Amino acid sequence: MKKSLLDHVLDWTGRIVLTAIVGFVLLPFVVVAIASLNESAILSFPPDSLSLRWYANAFEYRDFAEGLVNSLKIAAFGALIALVAGAGFAYVLDRYDFALKGLLNGVLMSPLIIPNFTIGLGLLILSAAASLPRTMWLVVAVHVIIVLPFVVRSVYVSLKNFERGYENAAESLGATPGRVLLTITLPLLMPGLISGGLFAAILSFNEFTASLFVVNQRTQTLPVAMYNYVREYADPTLAAVSVIYVVVVAVTLLAVHKLFRLEKVLNVE
Amino acid sequence: MSSETPSPASRDDASETAVQIDGVTKSFAGTVALEPVWLKIRRGEFLTLLGPSGCGKTTLLNLVAGFLEADNGELFIDRDLVTQVPPHQREIGVVFQNYALFPHMSVAQNVAYGLRTRRVAKAEAERRVRETLELVKLSDFADRRPRQLSGGQQQRVALARALVIRPRVLLLDEPFSALDRNLRTAMQVELKEIQSRLGLTTVFVTHDQSEALSMSDRIAVMSRGRIRQIGTPSEIYDHPQNQFVSTFVGDANLFAATLVSREGGAARITVGKTPFEVQTFQDALPAPGPVSLFVRPEQCRLTEAGQPATVTARVALSVYQGSHAEVHLDCAEAEEGRVMLRVPASAAPKPGTDVGIELPRTGPAIYAREEEGEPA
Repeated sequence: MKKSLLDHVLDWTGRIVLTAIVGFVLLPFVVVAIASLNESAILSFPPDSLSLRWYANAFEYRDFAEGLVNSLKIAAFGALIALVAGAGFAYVLDRYDFALKGLLNGVLMSPLIIPNFTIGLGLLILSAAASLPRTMWLVVAVHVIIVLPFVVRSVYVSLKNFERGYENAAESLGATPGRVLLTITLPLLMPGLISGGLFAAILSFNEFTASLFVVNQRTQTLPVAMYNYVREYADPTLAAVSVIYVVVVAVTLLAVHKLFRLEKVLNVE
Repeated sequence: MSSETPSPASRDDASETAVQIDGVTKSFAGTVALEPVWLKIRRGEFLTLLGPSGCGKTTLLNLVAGFLEADNGELFIDRDLVTQVPPHQREIGVVFQNYALFPHMSVAQNVAYGLRTRRVAKAEAERRVRETLELVKLSDFADRRPRQLSGGQQQRVALARALVIRPRVLLLDEPFSALDRNLRTAMQVELKEIQSRLGLTTVFVTHDQSEALSMSDRIAVMSRGRIRQIGTPSEIYDHPQNQFVSTFVGDANLFAATLVSREGGAARITVGKTPFEVQTFQDALPAPGPVSLFVRPEQCRLTEAGQPATVTARVALSVYQGSHAEVHLDCAEAEEGRVMLRVPASAAPKPGTDVGIELPRTGPAIYAREEEGEPA
């Protein structure tokens, strides 16, 4: 069928709008990436001349290295704990009917509407009142609360889509409920679990607001270290760190993609 | 009238009963899925639960498997009371409608699953997996994943997985519905052969009457959570005991008739204004008054119009079927307004022709008039 003029106009408008949106989404990163290459010691755009010296500075600055290690540890432990707890809650929500099910669901989802600084502040007051030391585990606890809704949602969706016939088949073949869970349900839910865990880890790795309340000099995460840096210095080191940051997350996602096929993990297949 | 028709093979010997269902009922959220059902399945028997969707056949199967728990009644497998026993202790084999093959395991691992749960020694397990895959002709596919197999092959894996554990009862939940027609017939023959060779007690659920007629030792026809009739395929087809069974199994012509008088299974009736004397296969007939006269297409004969002792009709359509033609007739006396007969393809009358329908003297049945959709 021959396209009318209107179709052409809509076609081209559509393309322009899409390109604009994609460009807009990527714009901040592009600006920061270019700014990170600036030779001079000010964050400006566009750069006067190019250099990689701020990357060298980023790697040499001890707070960043320590912050990165802290962030990785916190993300790993936080995601793991949130995954185990979240998967358990999701299983309970999917499989059992009980009086306060709606309430439990609401409580589990509440971190989505409670601001992160409130969660950080709450745990700070609590830990102070209970005279708890401000260790890494306090940060992990904050992160678990923040990422739990995402894990619960992700696993819950996988459970909803799960074909119960597999479990019946296994049962009829003599598998006890525990065996069914270990040999059938868990392996088949693996994409959902990996997806939930991955989101949890990335969210925790990026978390800043709540962390700011509960870290100290020893336990500060990379985002907090970056914040503290920018309060003192205004050179492009921070832009360099941002680029490294994005590259680390992207490489992680690519690795997961290679290992487990990301489309499946993200449920967009 | 009892719905259970005794057949010559029936012996009420407890050791011959593989599955006994005693007054089992099931409701879902207040909706009755299964009225109290009594049923004895003999050892080695191929019993089919036949009925339209929602008749309770799958519910009954799930109760035997243990995936559902009965509200009332008792269930025995090999004389053991299993009403409260969870599925993994029932020693039953199930082939599911969509096969439910474990996608993360190879064919051999799927088949071996039920042996691993039973802690069968490795060498013994391997031998049995090999033998069972041979039985279903899949020896060359042991290392494949289920999704790499065709529908028919997947079904064989599902069958092998259920057979390898040497179940006390094999349950088949519409196993052929996902296969195309040619493959379906081939698989039916194959399954039936394996079943009778192993002498396996089998409960088969289907809504397909031809499948039920061709494979079963006995058929239990169900509707609305009840067993409406149970008997051999020929008992069900030739002697349906109520209108539901007569129309659900095979093609049926139902005429609106008036029962004038009766004696045993013999009756004087009128169809339209024409009086008939018929000898039914029934032992007892409904009270005189409006009734339904049931006749199979092959029991009627087409005659020229105006012959005595015929019901008048007009040809609406002849459908060529190769070996024969189906003649659809408009007939005022038919309950649905239509009658269907089969004639040799060469003898198919033209649409618009007035004809007579000659009814058989023996072999029809007379049922009390059923309200639309209401069981008798």
